[in-house]
Amino acid sequence: MSGLRILVPVKRVIDYAVKPRVNRAQTAVETASVKHSMNPFDELSIEEAVRLRERKVPVAEIVAFSAGPPKSQDILRTAMAIGADRGIHVVVEEKDPQLEPLGVAKLLKKVVESEKSDLVILGKQSIDDDAGQTGQMLAGLLNWPQATQASKVEIANNTVTVTKEVDGGVETVKAKLPMVITTDLRLNEPRYASLPNIMKAKKKKLDKKTLADYDLDAPPRLKIIKVTEPPPRKGGVKVDDVDGMISKLKELGAL
Amino acid sequence: MVFTNPALRHQVIQIYKQLLFMGREYPLGYDYYRTRLHKAFASQQHLTDEEQIKKGIARAEFVKKEIEALYFLKRYRTLRQRYEKP
Repeated sequence: MSGLRILVPVKRVIDYAVKPRVNRAQTAVETASVKHSMNPFDELSIEEAVRLRERKVPVAEIVAFSAGPPKSQDILRTAMAIGADRGIHVVVEEKDPQLEPLGVAKLLKKVVESEKSDLVILGKQSIDDDAGQTGQMLAGLLNWPQATQASKVEIANNTVTVTKEVDGGVETVKAKLPMVITTDLRLNEPRYASLPNIMKAKKKKLDKKTLADYDLDAPPRLKIIKVTEPPPRKGGVKVDDVDGMISKLKELGAL
Repeated sequence: MVFTNPALRHQVIQIYKQLLFMGREYPLGYDYYRTRLHKAFASQQHLTDEEQIKKGIARAEFVKKEIEALYFLKRYRTLRQRYEKP
């Protein structure tokens, strides 16, 4: 068996620690001059690909992929600093229509075909749109088996065993390669992309492409009607005694 | 200027740069981090004994690991709070 060819798509999102602000027109979240970083779930998938290699699973190549504005390059560099071998960047300018999960899935299908990948590891969702659809749609388009929200991945003799956390226990999924896997939070502990590794990653190959290169036309199908902030949390009240509490609960209709 | 081993001097500068780089994401801000890091290194400036300097480098490596763990835990806890707590 020649080595696995792993494709890891990553997304550039607003950093998890930044509080997002809605723009004045209430059409989207403000992204200008806001700190961006790699989607945390995608970091888990890169790390898992690298760990598969370290666990002596034959891995031929780990390719990081991103579609987004020119700055997505930085995210790909981070991915390569963690351990991806090379990167593919499909440039989608910010002024152009943005890709939707279905568009990304269609694009990924073409990338998988051109790269001859046999394992795709995606984050289960991005922390900006929280759609959580891309992996499933990609598996559907490719007609490959899928294992979503993996908390453990084992590969032996072309068979992949994925353990996932479900309500009240774990579920085990087994399938043959090729396969699509999406990662959950407890899959692994992503390593820190250190300064020397980021410097080394600058020497790795990064291909720049456009949507036209993949002969893809993905017009937006979804329409965002309105984006608003959640209502502010109302403060609690203190009650003097048990009777006070009961009357308060009755007032609120909880009893 | 006291003569010191140039290899060690290089190592010290490297670890200082790496720690400085990590500080860009420090929760309390880069300025808070940088002044403290600078102070910590400056307080060890007088060391001339090679063994002592090696110990200092080992301590810096330890601090680096601690900061990595801090970042990881902070992110893990925030995400768990957001996506997994009912």
